[in-house]
Amino acid sequence: MSEHHIIEINCEHVIQEISNYIDGEVTPELRARMEEHIRGCRHCAAVLDGTSNTLRLLADGRTFGQLFELPAGFSERLLQRLAAHL
Amino acid sequence: MRTTATVPNQREADLIARIKAGERDLFYELIQPYQRTVYAVAFSVLGNPSDAEDAAQEALLKALTHLGQFRAEAKFSTWLVQITLNEARLRIRKDRKGLYSSIDEGGQDDDGEYFPIDYADWREIPSETLQRKELKEALEKALAALKPIYREVLVLRDIEHLSITETAAALEITEAAVKTRLLRARLMMRDALAPGFDGSWSVGSPAYKKVRPF
Repeated sequence: MSEHHIIEINCEHVIQEISNYIDGEVTPELRARMEEHIRGCRHCAAVLDGTSNTLRLLADGRTFGQLFELPAGFSERLLQRLAAHL
Repeated sequence: MRTTATVPNQREADLIARIKAGERDLFYELIQPYQRTVYAVAFSVLGNPSDAEDAAQEALLKALTHLGQFRAEAKFSTWLVQITLNEARLRIRKDRKGLYSSIDEGGQDDDGEYFPIDYADWREIPSETLQRKELKEALEKALAALKPIYREVLVLRDIEHLSITETAAALEITEAAVKTRLLRARLMMRDALAPGFDGSWSVGSPAYKKVRPF
């Protein structure tokens, strides 16, 4: 089967599966159909890029300490409370 | 494949065994690497720093008290996450008159499909983008705007990097529900964060306002 036999899918279907696509949770067949669609669809390409970038920002935000940084004194207060339980 | 938050390690297992055997002063050493995860999970439920700190600390105290019930077939980090979710949700239920009483407590997904609301193109992230204070603020604002059921799944999967299976176990929902909520959460975050057509990243800029008028 050549790629010309890949059945076209619409934007709604692509968007519904875009999160699973990013996680590698779609079948090879669906992946190929989605990629075929995304190559020709500026909207879905933008959603895929934007969602992927969002995930990078969230992961980097955590890695570099900007997101969910512990409040100042968190560990000290915790140690005090733990000491009372020891 | 994503990596999980921690790899099971012998040192951790040894620490747990020693604490169970009575060396309780080693507990902080055990949980020290997970403080931020516990705080993030509490925040994902409660949505504000002071309640999140309180719930996180209470959860860690409960983990110490109940460590004897921890069984090695579960990952310690997943067990901690579950305790933290329970503790944080307990606070929502206690605080019925509070700010969060009207928020969906986790039973229902919204009906209907969510469709991304604009066409903003966003191919590149400049490396310096992350340094910008406005981006951190935008991330926090976008996270705060999510309903807890979406924020929880996003924090566990995309910030703490639990697997789909671990996320489902921690939240006590199906893997299918994790995937459904994750799709919605990710698209809402993307819509909240998508930059202007010119690629510039500035919430207040005219280009940004053009694609994100609200």
